[in-house]
Amino acid sequence: MHGPGRQGETHVRLEGVTKVFRGLGRGRPDVHALGPIDLDLAKGEFFAVVGPSGCGKSTLLEVLAGLATVTEGTATFEGRPIKGEVPDGVGVVFQEDACFPWLTVAENIGFGLRETSLPAGEVEARVRRAVATMGLDGFAGAYPSQLSGGMRQRVCIARTLVLQPRLILLDEPFGALDQQTRLLMGEELLKLWRETGATVFLITHALDEAAMLADRIGVMSARPGRLLEIIETGWPADRDSRIIEESAFGAITAKLWRHLRAESLKVLGKGTDAA
Amino acid sequence: MNDAPPWRGPLLLVIGVTAVWQVLYLLVGEIALRSPAETVASLAGLLADPRFWPHLRETTLAFGFALLLAAASGLLIGITLGVNRFARDVAEPMLVAIYSIPKVTLYPILLLAFGLGISAKVAFGAIHGFIPIALFTMNAVRTIRPVLIKTGRIMKLSPPALMWRILLPAALPEIFTGLRIGFSLTLIGTLLGEMFASQRGLGFMLMNAIGLHHVDIIMSITLLVTVFAVTVSLLLIHLDRKLPR
Ligand SMILES: Nc1ncnc2c1ncn2[C@@H]1O[C@H](COP(=O)(O)OP(=O)(O)OP(=O)(O)O)[C@@H](O)[C@H]1O
Ligand SMILES: [Mg+2]
Repeated sequence: MHGPGRQGETHVRLEGVTKVFRGLGRGRPDVHALGPIDLDLAKGEFFAVVGPSGCGKSTLLEVLAGLATVTEGTATFEGRPIKGEVPDGVGVVFQEDACFPWLTVAENIGFGLRETSLPAGEVEARVRRAVATMGLDGFAGAYPSQLSGGMRQRVCIARTLVLQPRLILLDEPFGALDQQTRLLMGEELLKLWRETGATVFLITHALDEAAMLADRIGVMSARPGRLLEIIETGWPADRDSRIIEESAFGAITAKLWRHLRAESLKVLGKGTDAA
Repeated sequence: MNDAPPWRGPLLLVIGVTAVWQVLYLLVGEIALRSPAETVASLAGLLADPRFWPHLRETTLAFGFALLLAAASGLLIGITLGVNRFARDVAEPMLVAIYSIPKVTLYPILLLAFGLGISAKVAFGAIHGFIPIALFTMNAVRTIRPVLIKTGRIMKLSPPALMWRILLPAALPEIFTGLRIGFSLTLIGTLLGEMFASQRGLGFMLMNAIGLHHVDIIMSITLLVTVFAVTVSLLLIHLDRKLPR
């Protein structure tokens, strides 16, 4: 059995999406960061993206989030074009620490909820649940500066998830976590994904993370980032971190690495093995 | 350091300053100085004198208005320049230039514009104070981490909400530093304004006392202003440290 949404309707569609950062004069060259990229995400699927450093993964995420405009091509979410405006129902966890340092953990998590019309009691209840789910018990009143990097990232994840987005965009959300916590947070994410039926778009540099979490994994080339291949994992929806013991897991990771090794070497300026 | 009670620093400061003052007094003598004890006594006498109150009132009022004006215009200009790159490129060199000229040279013009009343002092105080507030605010807003703004956009904050809930709190620690400096400079500006052309206020009294060589009054007013400035500054520093960053 495949993940919940694989046969379902298209949730996100990218057609020829390209991003060029203009150099803005004085001899600074344009940077072709991304694309062209064609990609359909099915409603409720878990899609992971891996790619060498600087290949345009974060740029792709910003396009999906409506934070960046495309230079060419179109991006649509739930049938409507995303054009430099954040669509309703999209949540983002950024690569950098995005906690508000002047707010406590609980206030950070409830930040977006307070913008909604939810009653205060419901906001508080959701925040309390999120604090517990993210393993932040006892830190609700703490300020971000009193937390570790991994805990801060969990605050940001919680702040996004409490809004119950239909499309969740995550940019290396577990980058600051240690390996054990990473696997367990991955399990939490899978659980949330199953419960909410949200579409997940996850950028990661950890191949095992991609192999364990995703229904499909997109492998990107060195900049300008293009999709080299999309690998189907074929995992059941009720998977957890124990699938890393399966032989298929090793095969997927190996395949990912085969692609990525060559691309990463290009980024490091070492050319290919033949050179 | 951190487990010392919050009043320890200020207490040491008072003791230190008083000691230095006493020693100076013993060295210099009655011609130019009064002892700490005498000064406190003459200040008490001054405060008990009803003729002193209009002067104090005038200065307080002028300073209050000047600070309000400096803070409001400084914040407004600072935020505008912080958000708008083009405006910043144009205005920043001008602000820095104005900041560096001795503002006393502007005073005759202000007097012509505002006359001898309270408004000239207010304007003079505000001119001293608003530039550091504007510059600090501008830098604070400019250096806010973009990811915080992006988070606000993802949460679909309206532009005013973005300003109140993210821009201002993110910039607050640095704005606070600007306000602290702005406070001191506004106070100096207001008093200077009173000293050069005015018929009322502490600055005016000070100038008169200097002319008549009333060392008691000079010392008392200096003490009063110093105690006020230091107290507020310490309070602001204390608040500043309590801001989470
Ligand atoms: N605002 C910008 N202006 C100019 N160039 C940019 C801008 N943002 C990103 N770039 C360039 O676009 C390319 C892709 O950047 P992006 O951040 O999307 O890469 P990434 O795949 O997320 O990298 P990493 O794995 O290191 O996070 C990089 O070469 C980067 O220098
Ligand atoms: Mg990135």
